[in-house]
Amino acid sequence: MTATLRRRDVVRALLEGRDGLLVVAGLGSTAWDCTAAADSALTFPMWGAMGAAAATGLGLALAQPERRVLVVTGDGEMLMGLGSLATIGVERPANLAIAVIDNERYGETGMQATHTAHGVDLAAIARACGFAQAMLVRTAAESEEARRALLCAPGPVLAQIKVVPEKLPLVLPPRDGGLLRARFRRALLGPAADLQ
Amino acid sequence: MSEAARDWPAALYAALKAAGVRIAGYVPDAGHKRLIELARADPAMRAVALTTEEEGIGLAAGAWLGGARSVLLMQSSGVGNCVNALGMVRECRFPLLMLVTMRGEFGEFNPWQVPMGQATRPVLEAMGVVVQEAQRPEEVAGAAEAAARLVWGSYCAVALLISQRVIGIKSFQEQAAQ
Repeated sequence: MTATLRRRDVVRALLEGRDGLLVVAGLGSTAWDCTAAADSALTFPMWGAMGAAAATGLGLALAQPERRVLVVTGDGEMLMGLGSLATIGVERPANLAIAVIDNERYGETGMQATHTAHGVDLAAIARACGFAQAMLVRTAAESEEARRALLCAPGPVLAQIKVVPEKLPLVLPPRDGGLLRARFRRALLGPAADLQ
Repeated sequence: MSEAARDWPAALYAALKAAGVRIAGYVPDAGHKRLIELARADPAMRAVALTTEEEGIGLAAGAWLGGARSVLLMQSSGVGNCVNALGMVRECRFPLLMLVTMRGEFGEFNPWQVPMGQATRPVLEAMGVVVQEAQRPEEVAGAAEAAARLVWGSYCAVALLISQRVIGIKSFQEQAAQ
């Protein structure tokens, strides 16, 4: 089935009016998608550590149980951290959601096929790991339903959202890791974060 | 033998609590058995079992982004699973406390443990992690207290290697009987 959803539209819809949402963006295109929606101090875009986005979201969700945490990552990045789905399924943080923007490609390295192109079903894996809700998304109507679940439903929630494989203009967040860490903490915790 | 030497994991756990640690990620190791039990029994500690040590690096980074102090427990073999993720710790200057129980180091009986055990220190140092050691049971808690100060006082990544001398496993049979 050919995908019709466009990744930047999906991510923009997830992040518009974000109102306190804490975001971890997996490396590559999903970090650029989040930045295209709007650069924010409360987005932590990863430029490396492939496979670690979901686990980073878990740590953040456990530290901030009153805040909604959304991990926006790609299929290749999620496949590298599959074990973290089992860990999240066991911990069951109600405030954690994962949006996998699935173009079935490694987008930064030449658009090679990932395992999801061959049918690997991340939503089914998340369900089998004990996620409260997990869905495969192909249509605009399903995308809207997934948006509501990702932002509001008791977690952990995972949506695997099939999108058109397309190369888009780069919209890059800051690269300096120390800056990204410090500005996130200051925006979340206030100036006191600088003195912790 | 002093109490701190006899029950070094309890003294170590008290040092972690005193440092304000409230999340503990771990991949089990026989040497961490009692420490993990203490963490799991404490309602004020979130003990998170991981499928691989690499997840623990993300867990610790995310916890710090959210304002929480955490610790990561692993065996020396797990250090090799963390290497690329440690690049994020260095680039972002995340404070990180790793407690590593050693294998392949002192009187090892399993040859498959030796390569990673012998590479543990250079691998950590290559990734910018400060490596400290505890060689005797009575020095573990004090070493952890000092390591925690280095981590959250000076924003360092620190691995405290707990020697196989401390853990005292002599054979596979003894380990299996634990």
